[in-house]
Amino acid sequence: MASRVAAFPGSKSLRDNFDPGRDGAGGGGIEHDHGGGQAPGGPIPLHTYYTGLWLVLGAIVMFFAGLTSAVVVRKGISSDWAVIALPRILFFNTLVLAASSFLLERARRQLRGLPLGKDVHLGSRLGAVLLLGLTFLVGQLGAWRDLAERGIFLATNPSSSFIYLLTGAHGFHLFGGLVAIGYAALRAPSLTASIRGRTLVDVIAIYWHFVGILWIYVLALLTLKM
Amino acid sequence: MAEPRAAAPLHSQAANGFLRKYVFSTDHKVIGKQYFFLALFSVFVGMILSWLMRIHLAWPKTHIPGLGVLSSAGAPGNVMTPEYYLSLLTLHGTLMIFFVLTTVPQNGLGNFFLPLQIGAREMAFPRLNMLSFWIACASLAVLLSTLFITDGPPISGWTAYPPLSAVGTAAGPGEGLGQTLWILSIAIFCIGSLLGSINFIATTLDLRTSGMDLTRLPLTCWAWFITAVMSLLSFAVLLGACVMLLLDRLGHTTFFVPGGLVLNDYVISPSSAGGSPLLWQHLFWFFGHPEVYIAILPGMGIVSHVLACFSRRPVFGYKSMVLALGVIGFLSFTVWGHHMFVSGMSPYAGLAFSALTMVIAVPSALKTFNWLATIWRGTLRLTTAMLFSIGFVSLFVAGGLTGLFLADPAVDAYLHATYFVVGHFHLVMGAAALFAVFSGTYFWAPKLFGRMLDERLGQIHFWITLGGVYCIFMPMYFMGLEGAPRRYSEFTDRFLVPLAPFNRFMTIAALITGAAQVIFMFNLIWSIFRGRKATENPWEATSLEWSGNLGARPPVVYRGPYEYSVPGEAEDYIMQDFPKVAKS
Repeated sequence: MASRVAAFPGSKSLRDNFDPGRDGAGGGGIEHDHGGGQAPGGPIPLHTYYTGLWLVLGAIVMFFAGLTSAVVVRKGISSDWAVIALPRILFFNTLVLAASSFLLERARRQLRGLPLGKDVHLGSRLGAVLLLGLTFLVGQLGAWRDLAERGIFLATNPSSSFIYLLTGAHGFHLFGGLVAIGYAALRAPSLTASIRGRTLVDVIAIYWHFVGILWIYVLALLTLKM
Repeated sequence: MAEPRAAAPLHSQAANGFLRKYVFSTDHKVIGKQYFFLALFSVFVGMILSWLMRIHLAWPKTHIPGLGVLSSAGAPGNVMTPEYYLSLLTLHGTLMIFFVLTTVPQNGLGNFFLPLQIGAREMAFPRLNMLSFWIACASLAVLLSTLFITDGPPISGWTAYPPLSAVGTAAGPGEGLGQTLWILSIAIFCIGSLLGSINFIATTLDLRTSGMDLTRLPLTCWAWFITAVMSLLSFAVLLGACVMLLLDRLGHTTFFVPGGLVLNDYVISPSSAGGSPLLWQHLFWFFGHPEVYIAILPGMGIVSHVLACFSRRPVFGYKSMVLALGVIGFLSFTVWGHHMFVSGMSPYAGLAFSALTMVIAVPSALKTFNWLATIWRGTLRLTTAMLFSIGFVSLFVAGGLTGLFLADPAVDAYLHATYFVVGHFHLVMGAAALFAVFSGTYFWAPKLFGRMLDERLGQIHFWITLGGVYCIFMPMYFMGLEGAPRRYSEFTDRFLVPLAPFNRFMTIAALITGAAQVIFMFNLIWSIFRGRKATENPWEATSLEWSGNLGARPPVVYRGPYEYSVPGEAEDYIMQDFPKVAKS
């Protein structure tokens, strides 16, 4: 396998695109980590943020894989597994989340399409995504409330335990994505079409899409098992 | 901030202020040392706990002065109660597994030396690295806080099996707040480990210097890399399990709490018909088995590295060594059921888990033979580091072979939860991994502290420790074969009485071996301040951490990591960044 040293201009890299040596504008959102990266005082090679992201996603997949196996086993041994109709609002929430992913993807592509160094105005787009994401979370709380009004709580039945556990765990991960989008939205005024800026929006968008797909998965799992 | 100076060594950073430099540092070398000392603290606490337990085992109901101060309920009149024995046992196991064996070989030495060995300036995400360390600290603080609550530490062991761990105080002292804190501590530890492993993998993949192909990585780096992958995949599952166990305790769910349970005269009435304690075992051991390789794999890397250096020979079968690490890592995710042979699992499942477990003997044996082939006919330099590495191989064999016995479901039915198991995992995972850490510490002290550790004290430390661990743990095999159950605080049953001399012998051995570690501590502290100043490459080793001529420019690698005694060369070692020149 060829060696990869992304930090040095001219070296072979999986994603030479993200070589900071070519990141002329450098005004994007990701901060230089203190003393990080390869060259003294230089930044972390940007493609490393993608590597880190994929690893985070891998860990989350394992986390939900563990919970999934628990659903399967716990249901399998239960003699009292109650079938609970999922709150309708969950499907509305799904549409909201899909719309937010769509908007964020539009923003990402807009940034990709611009020549390097150009100013971009993603503030309103990112703000809209943020709003939709918050709507989703509030909607999820609405779903919990709907369950509670029907007298279905965390410990009511093994199946209700899993509804709360899975939606809660998903919401927690989604909240992490919201924090990242909020960070990018705050940075939006100084965002330029730089490699650095693209990396920031790319990483956030991939994470956000992932959380969206994860929600579809959670919903499918709950639908199948309830 | 770092100032790029031409003459500045590649790895020094001038951070401002004491706090930024030594406490909240993002420098991988400082963080590596922080982990190192965190583990050193934990191992001494863990060792003292084992002393207390062993004294109680050898002389049941004896007065242990001062124990009552630690817990008035757990040791009324300075005499340990059976429950408090279990509390100490839980804390001993948790400290040693998580805060010593998971922490020092990987996060401690790995943090310090992975970037150095691959020619990177830093870990990929320095702030994340700092965060990982402080999360581990928080986790340790939460764990140790259980010592000081009236409830005391939990009594359910480091595996925290439900229903004991899930139903609260009905299950006994320590199962109230103590158990909740324990689960919280482990959940926090999981998060820290996940962040740490992300850093290790990203660093290895993306920050290797020019010429550092995967086939030129030192075996230490391979081991750290594969260990990090295992951590990433397994700690995530444990985190999920911990969340569910916490919900069972705090939210009255019934993931793991079975129905129809009566504990200590309390009727446990779950909110449903009942969950499955076995589910926890599956989730826990899906983490737990990779975890034992997470503890030992970095040690394998260190030992391969050290054996080659002090045999002045290349590592025998470099590629097969890498392959074996990978195969062991992969198989570790397929064998968790061998911890559960007696749980009533289907014999067919048991057969599959058994066969897969025995397959692990193949890469393990391959590594062992390669280590032997590496030192065979080598020009041995029996430094302390080398002795500890050879000791590792010895302990790995003495402890590992008995794993094959336990991998057989029929044999395991007899040996399960006996001292045979205790002897097995202490030798192969505990003592062997610690020997690798000792080896790494003596080997890398010149880089860690700029000074050499004293060799004469080191040799004394080695021989007492080697003899000591065999005296402590080998008798456990015989006790196990006699049927001595683990986790018993007193061996006063009739068939166990003849084993009392064994216990006294092991306890005395443990006290002496533990005391010998004071030699190590003295050596370490004395050498850090007064030791002989180290030269740039005192062991005449080949890998990049010893390369003294690193200026502001990153090194370029031209050759493999173990070019010792290359025929036709003047020196018996060629460093990785030494350019290839055309022979005249």
